Amino acid sequence: MAENVTGGSSTLERELDSRLESADAAESLAMEVAQAAGFDEEEQHRFGMAVRESVINAVVHGNRYNARKKVRLRIAADKERLVVTVSDEGEGFELESLPDPVAGENIFQQSGRGIYLIRTFVDEFQVRRLSPRGTEVKLVKYAKRK
Amino acid sequence: MSVRLSTRQVGDVAVIDVSGRITLGEGSSNLRDGIRELLAKGQRKILLNLGDVSYIDSSGIGELVSGYTSVANQGGQLKLLNLTKRVRDLLQITKLYTVFDVYEDEATAVRSFGG
Repeated sequence: MAENVTGGSSTLERELDSRLESADAAESLAMEVAQAAGFDEEEQHRFGMAVRESVINAVVHGNRYNARKKVRLRIAADKERLVVTVSDEGEGFELESLPDPVAGENIFQQSGRGIYLIRTFVDEFQVRRLSPRGTEVKLVKYAKRK
Repeated sequence: MSVRLSTRQVGDVAVIDVSGRITLGEGSSNLRDGIRELLAKGQRKILLNLGDVSYIDSSGIGELVSGYTSVANQGGQLKLLNLTKRVRDLLQITKLYTVFDVYEDEATAVRSFGG
């Protein structure tokens, strides 16, 4: 666990167990950071859900609940934006291969909406493979100009 | 707080009052079990009252869809009552809002199932 605050910006880092409870902790932390950064309640909620869904993907699809594998969460905040990275130790996935959950043929599928919601709730979403294994997703949410 | 379910009968409609969080894990599996139990008892008209649902994630949305299709596959209907703004927003974002029959008034919802 690490925390760093310098000149109006702050960075939090957490190493999380591959358990569903980690998603609750990550979401709470993300919402606290968003609140401190001045985001309104609805945006805090959306940002928190995006982080929650990212950690769930890392726990469930990445690490597959493997107790020996960790999820790493990093949240950096400054007055311009919030930047989150969530990394796992799994086999990875191809973003382009994921079915579109709002397409007619997929609308009744039980799963597959997590990344769609993340992309809806943040301004930027990127996925990259880690070496030797693992996946890192990066979420960026910009502060709204008043 | 995880999800809590309470089922009551209004005419021939089973109303499930849902409260708390419908999220991956206990929350979504409890909802799934609740719907399955009603189907196993032969109930085919199910109204989910989501007025006290404080939070729902993608897994919870998936359980609503799964419940809808499970009931429909048995020749029944599952409808939704009292959506909070956040649940309604999520259903709109995921293009599911028009899939479900959604009501804001219980009496109207119950009548909509017909005799």
